Amino acid sequence: MSFDPALAEIRFGTGLSPRVPPPQGVAEMVDSLATPDIIETTVSVPPFPEAVLYTHALRQLRRENRMAMGTEAADETQARLMTLSQDAVELRRQALAATYIRAAETGSGMRERLTAFWADHFTVRAKNFLTQHLVAPYIESAVRPYIAGPFSLLLKQAALHPMMLDYLDQTPSAGPNSQVVERRGGGLNENLARELLELHTIGVGGPYAQVDVRELAELLAGVVWHQDDTDPSYRAQQAEPGAETVLGRTFSPDARLSSVMEALEYLAVHPATAAHVSGKLARAFVSDAPPQDMVDEMAAAWLDTGGHLRAVYTAMLRHPAAWAPARRLVKPPFDFVASALRALGLGQAELGALPADRAWGQLGVPLRAMGQSWEEPVGPDGWPDEPAAWVTPQFYAARIAWAMATPDRLMDLPDPRDFVGAALGPLGSPEVQRAAAAAETRAEGVGVVLASPDFQRR
Amino acid sequence: MDRRRFLQGSLALGCSAAASPLVAPVAFASTPGDRRLVVILLRGAMDGLDVIRPVDSREWRAARPTLSEDASAGADLGGGFALHPALSDLAPLWQAGEMAAVHAVSTPYRDKRSHFDGQDLLEAGIGDLEEGLRDGWLNRLVGQIPGARADLAYAIGRERMLILDGAAPHASWSPEVSLLLTPQGQRLLEFLCAGDPLFGLALEEALAVAESLPGQEDVRGRADHLRLADFTAERLRGEARIASFSLAGWDTHARQDIGLKNALQRLSETVLALRDGLGPDWDQTAVACITEFGRTFRENGTGGTDHGTGGAMLLFGGAIRGGRVYADWPGLGESQLYGGRDLLPTRDVRAHLGWMLAGLFGVSQTAIERQVFPGLELGPDPGVLA
Repeated sequence: MSFDPALAEIRFGTGLSPRVPPPQGVAEMVDSLATPDIIETTVSVPPFPEAVLYTHALRQLRRENRMAMGTEAADETQARLMTLSQDAVELRRQALAATYIRAAETGSGMRERLTAFWADHFTVRAKNFLTQHLVAPYIESAVRPYIAGPFSLLLKQAALHPMMLDYLDQTPSAGPNSQVVERRGGGLNENLARELLELHTIGVGGPYAQVDVRELAELLAGVVWHQDDTDPSYRAQQAEPGAETVLGRTFSPDARLSSVMEALEYLAVHPATAAHVSGKLARAFVSDAPPQDMVDEMAAAWLDTGGHLRAVYTAMLRHPAAWAPARRLVKPPFDFVASALRALGLGQAELGALPADRAWGQLGVPLRAMGQSWEEPVGPDGWPDEPAAWVTPQFYAARIAWAMATPDRLMDLPDPRDFVGAALGPLGSPEVQRAAAAAETRAEGVGVVLASPDFQRR
Repeated sequence: MDRRRFLQGSLALGCSAAASPLVAPVAFASTPGDRRLVVILLRGAMDGLDVIRPVDSREWRAARPTLSEDASAGADLGGGFALHPALSDLAPLWQAGEMAAVHAVSTPYRDKRSHFDGQDLLEAGIGDLEEGLRDGWLNRLVGQIPGARADLAYAIGRERMLILDGAAPHASWSPEVSLLLTPQGQRLLEFLCAGDPLFGLALEEALAVAESLPGQEDVRGRADHLRLADFTAERLRGEARIASFSLAGWDTHARQDIGLKNALQRLSETVLALRDGLGPDWDQTAVACITEFGRTFRENGTGGTDHGTGGAMLLFGGAIRGGRVYADWPGLGESQLYGGRDLLPTRDVRAHLGWMLAGLFGVSQTAIERQVFPGLELGPDPGVLA
């Protein structure tokens, strides 16, 4: 079991493409992670500091609109508010199209997959309309640039990002003995602290107890997202006086952001974090039951390098099990649709030309019925990796329905017999070849190839 | 559903028919009776102390200065309890004996207060997670019902439903999906799935359900929770007797006054849609709404509550002996709380569920204690059924 270019694209990337050649080795795959692919710059998603201006403008306009009620200006402010709201909705839909186009055209499929993996590891959800367009910009600014560096850097960027602070109710959290609470009440909120331990770092099986959650929550108190900022800030008045002890380590009694950062750096290289996150990576990329020695080697690389992620990925890709021919995992719905577009050769020229509402209707809405509503995971634990979670009768039916009908609406379809080669390369089985040839129409032929377990698995 | 035609079709194509729960050993002669059970999973940890409120308690008011502000607005339930005002539309059900609450209960899950582990334990119905997850308790219940066919029990919606996962036959579907295939397209897909049991079974069941669906009604604009309720009622009026789905939105860490109100509004509409959809069969129905754990006794610093321990189960339906709060109330004094912070669970919620299952489906107490909820001691019958 050794490196295989088709498996590299299918298992670790966004699928085979008739346009983009697959990587030729592990070194090439890992090297490609460090710098953005050209498509990431030509097809852009606004960075968070830019996109959040819509939030500010919307908030401002809502205020003006309230003030204008009953006056002559009311119609005009109402119209402006409607336009801006539509723009913000459009922004979210454009980000979906951009994410598909990047997956379809990138020369580094693994960069896209890792970006999605870490965005899921650090799941955020928009809590209201004012932030509904900010998930993709969060990923663009806080996740994508940090996927190939030290985990501590990614952790600090993502777990303390304004979107995370908003999603996990951190901003109003104040130490029980803080100045703010003494003056006007309030108190602690444990949500972010709990998920930081349970999901982001050491894992629910890790060595922590309620008291660690509490202490970490006290340490985090003071990290806030102020409405008009683009970065988190620190309000010492909300901080709990005194030192906090998390997992046996006591952090500086000084109320400042650097104490919080110290704690995150400590958690980032904790052996339980290395084991938990390495196992999760292996389950997302290799197998629902990865060999223990693979996870151990990844965790060892983690600890040897202070959590340098490229070393961890290299350990995964150097392990023979990474290249096992049996494809055990199932592409989640977004990845299924993205890999279908890539195999069909649909990229910026075609998808970029679709009106935004049409792209949303063909490529966004169907994800719901497949079980993966775009940017709407159920909880902070994100989407599942287990194949069985995705292949239920209703979800698989939705995939089949999409495969049979949607490509036909988007393009002049290729001959299904040729399409087997484009979609599966040397991994296309004789059965898929036979089925593609036996279909009654092109749409059905392409549909059965896309809906086949051969294409669904990776 | 034209089962025979479906079976012949799939057997002729050799599509992993032998392993399918839809064609698992089936005794067509026996029927499971008229009683119906709906289990609604309230994902996110519903705050039992805010839904079924101990309004006479001074401690409760003191611990929840913001959340108790509208304490006098909800229906009086007797025994010092009042209903959250957002459930006022359900108060007539309470009066009619078709709604009850079980309070100060929980699963055996303690101390780590993780939603995900908490929900796994709630659905697995076992004592702890040390030996991993195998199947769900509703699935093991189905295993105790003689002659159960795949369309007896339905997991409905887009959520993963561990509660019905397992070896016993069951079906799953989401009301928003439709599957239209040409005969040739169907044959080709069956051929391609033959070597992959996971996809083979999903395809087979999808085809079976799609065939059994009534004509596609236009349901655009109908909210998700109502579509779940409609589909559940439609299945239960047919062959199905057991159904489960989930409602999210209960994780109210901040501004619980708003968040919980919205979640309860959806729950209220869901229950009423089930009642309306079930029509005369509502009298034979028990609906159990369960959640992974309760929330902290005290309101937190942000107008919400954090993850706690003891909570409440809500029961609905004509098969329920309603109009009362079932509880061995622990009190809310400092020393009476669990860990000084949570409502103390005084009984395992599985005991109430277990007695209910025994009564609804004629399953023996031994089977409940050994198979459905292994290791549980049922204890005395709380008598939640009418």
